[in-house]
Amino acid sequence: MGFKTFPGGIHPRDYKAFSKDKNIEKMPVPKKIVISLSQHIGAPAKPVVKVGDEVLAGQKIAEAGGFVSIPMHSSISGKVTKLDKFRHPTGTLVQGIEITSDGEDKWIELIDDSNYMELTAKDMKDRIAAAGVCGMGGAGFPTHVKLSPPEGKTIDTIILNGVECEPYLTADYRIMLEQANDILAGLKILMKIVDAKNGVIGIEANKPDAIKFFKNLLKNEKNIKVVSLHLKYPQGAEKQLIYATTKRKVPNKGGLPMDVNVVVQNVGTAIAVYEAVRYKKPLVDRVITVSGRIVKNPKNIKARIGTFYSDLLEYCNGTTEEIGKIISGGPMMGFAIPSLETPMTKGSSGLLLFDKKEAYKEKEDVCLRCGHCVDICPMNLVPSLIAHHVRNDDWDSAEKFGVMDCIKCGSCAYVCPSNIKLIQWIDIGKIKVSENRTK
Amino acid sequence: MNDVYAVSAAPHIKQGTSVSSTMWQVVLALTPALLAGIFFFGIQSLLLTLYAIAAAITTEALIQKFRKVPITVSDGSAVVTGILIAFNINSSSPWWLPVTGAIFAIALGKQIFGGLGFNIFNPALLGRAFMMASWPTLMTAGWKFTAPMNNLFQSSINGLRNLPSNVPDVVTSATPLGVIKALRDTTQISSDMANTVMDNLTNMNTLQDFFWGNIGGVIGEVSAAALLIGAAYLAWKHIIEWRIPVSYIGTVFVLIYMFGGINGMFSASIMLPIFHILAGGLILGAFFMATDMVTSPVTKKGRLIFGMGCGIFTVVIRLIGGYPEGVSYSILLMNITVPLIDRYTIPKPFGQRKTAN
Repeated sequence: MGFKTFPGGIHPRDYKAFSKDKNIEKMPVPKKIVISLSQHIGAPAKPVVKVGDEVLAGQKIAEAGGFVSIPMHSSISGKVTKLDKFRHPTGTLVQGIEITSDGEDKWIELIDDSNYMELTAKDMKDRIAAAGVCGMGGAGFPTHVKLSPPEGKTIDTIILNGVECEPYLTADYRIMLEQANDILAGLKILMKIVDAKNGVIGIEANKPDAIKFFKNLLKNEKNIKVVSLHLKYPQGAEKQLIYATTKRKVPNKGGLPMDVNVVVQNVGTAIAVYEAVRYKKPLVDRVITVSGRIVKNPKNIKARIGTFYSDLLEYCNGTTEEIGKIISGGPMMGFAIPSLETPMTKGSSGLLLFDKKEAYKEKEDVCLRCGHCVDICPMNLVPSLIAHHVRNDDWDSAEKFGVMDCIKCGSCAYVCPSNIKLIQWIDIGKIKVSENRTK
Repeated sequence: MNDVYAVSAAPHIKQGTSVSSTMWQVVLALTPALLAGIFFFGIQSLLLTLYAIAAAITTEALIQKFRKVPITVSDGSAVVTGILIAFNINSSSPWWLPVTGAIFAIALGKQIFGGLGFNIFNPALLGRAFMMASWPTLMTAGWKFTAPMNNLFQSSINGLRNLPSNVPDVVTSATPLGVIKALRDTTQISSDMANTVMDNLTNMNTLQDFFWGNIGGVIGEVSAAALLIGAAYLAWKHIIEWRIPVSYIGTVFVLIYMFGGINGMFSASIMLPIFHILAGGLILGAFFMATDMVTSPVTKKGRLIFGMGCGIFTVVIRLIGGYPEGVSYSILLMNITVPLIDRYTIPKPFGQRKTAN
C-alpha cells in the first residue's frame, strides 16, 4: 500500500486488543485529586491558592513559572486540603496541590466563541497558554512555546501525531474515532497560529478505520492530508514521524522540528487546543488507557487530571491477579512506578498493570556483539558501544558516539539477547554528559 | 504510599531472546548438515561430533570452575564450537582428533580471553587451524568419496599425470579443490587435457552432486543444501544477517571468475566460481563461521568489509597460496581486523549535521 516509514525500528507485539474496541468512558469525579506542579518540561508552576481555599473545576490554582511553563487548574470543585510532595508518574516525588471534592463538580464559566477562527494568532496562543496546554504524548512540552518559533524560522507544516506506536495504548486511537472533528478543528487552529500551509495527520497502518475515517472527513480539504504509516516502532517518535511524512531530517545534536519548518503535536493536544481556543476550557481532563492482561476490564477512560491511578484501576474493577509492576505510559518508554497512589498528569497516556511474571527482572549477560541493536537503532547509533563507554565512565567517548542523540525509544534493549539495560546505561550517560556541559 | 512494586528502567517488554536461545538455535540450524554427514558417512560422524561436544563442554566447565566463575555450559555456545570442530574433520578420523581440537578451541580460543563475548578468534576455527598444523595428513587424507566422485578424481589425476610436470601429492590429498589447485599449478601451458579435466570437474552434473552432497569430504561440509537449510533458518530468526555471507560469497564469485581460469584472466567458465563456492568449506564458513557474532563487526558497513576481506583472502590462498582451501585462515585473519573495522565504520547518526556544530 506504499506506507511511509523511517530506517530501523522493531515490530513488538502490540497488545492493543485489550482495549482498542472499548468506547471512551467518562469516569465520575473522584473524591480527591492531586495536581502536580511539574506536569510539563520547563519551570514548575507556582501555587496561587492555599490550604482551605474553595476552588471550582477549571479554576487556576497555580501560575506558569516562566515562559517555558504552564499554569495548572483544578479539575474538580472542592477544597484545597494539602500542599505537599506527591508521587509523580515518572516515579519521583514532586510538589503538588491536593483538592478534596465537594461532590458537586461546579465549573468556572466557559464561553462558546463560535467565531474563534477570526481571532488573531496571538489571541489564540494566549488562550492556549492560559489553558495550560502542553504536549499530551508524553514529553509534555508547553504547546504555546512550540508555536512560537524564534525570529527567522518559519513553519510550513503542522504534523499531528496519531501514530500511537506504543503497545497497549489505544487512547489516541479512540479519540481519533470519536472526536475526529475536534482534532481537525484543533489542527486548523494550529495551522493558523504559525501560518502553516500544510497539515498532515500521521496514522499507523494498524488503524485502518481511523485512516479511512479521516480520509472521508478530509475529502474537501486541499491542504490537509492523512498519511498512512508503516507499522513499526518507534514510528511515533517525533524525528521519525517527520522523516516518514515529509522526508525531512531534523538535525542531530539538539536540532528541533522547527529547524526543518515543522511543528508536531499529538492528536490529543489538538483537541485541548481546540477546547482552549473556542471554549477557553483549561486542560483538566484527558483520555487514558488502563490495560494489561490482569486488568479485569481494560478501558479507555476520560478522566480528570490529578485522578489517582488507584481510582482509575478501581474503575476498571481491579485486577484478576496480584500486581507485579505498574507502568505509567507505554511499555517501551513508560515509567515503572512504585505505587498506585500516584496522580495522573496531562502527559499520562496509559496505566498498565503487569503480573509477577511479566514483571520479571532478567540478569544482564555479556554483550555477544550480535549487532541487533545497531541494526534496528532508528537514530543510526551503536547502542552497545555507547553503553560500553558509559559503563567505563568514559563520558567523552559516550558523547562522541552520540549518547545525546539517543531518543530513548528502547528498541535496542527490546531486541538485546543479553538483556543489557541499554536505556539505563544511556540515561546515565545523558545525565553525566549534560552535567559536564554545565560545569 | 503503602504498596511498593518492582521498578526498572524501560522498556518493560522484551523480544524474549537470550544468549542461550540464540546458541541453541544455531545448534538446531547445524542439525541438517549433521544429518547429511551421518547419511553420507555413517554413524561414525555422529560419534565424532558427540566426542567433540563432550570435550568442549567438559573443558569449558573445568576452566570455569578453576576460574571460579559461573559455569555457563548450558548456554549452548560450547556445543556449537564442538559441532563445528567435528564438521571440519573426516569421518574416518580417530576419536582423539576432535577431542584435542575441541579442548584447544575452548581453552585457548575462548576461555583464555575471558569466555564468551571476549574472544578475538572464532574458537572452532582456531581449533581447526591447530588440528591442521599438528596432524595435516589426518586432516586432508583418507577422505571418503562416493564412487562417481572417485572415478572423476582418478581420471583427473591420470590426466594430470600426463601433463608435463607431475604432481604426486595430488594422489594423497585428493580433494576437489586440491585437484583444481594442482591443475592450476601444473599447467603453465594450456593443453586440451587440462581443459577436459576442468570441464569434468565443473560440469552441471558434478556441481549438482556437490550441491546435494553426493560427493564426500569432511563431515559438515558435504551437503551445501543441508547447510543452506540451516542458514535460511538462522536468517529467518534474525540470528545471522545477509551482509557477511553475501559479501563473502559474492567476492569469491567475482574474483574466481576473473582470475580462476587456467588460461589467463576471464578464461574461467561461469561454472568455476560455483564449483569454488560448493566444493570446499565456503558455505559452512560464510554462513556459520564468519557470521559468529562475537568475532565479526557490529556495524553494517563493517560486516560488508569483513565479508569482502574474507573473500579476498580465500581467493588469494586458493589461487596463489599453498593450500587448496583457505576459508578458515581467511576468517581467522579477518577476525584480527574486527576492532579496526568497527572503529572506522561507526555510522553517522540520523540527521547528522553537515558541518560540525
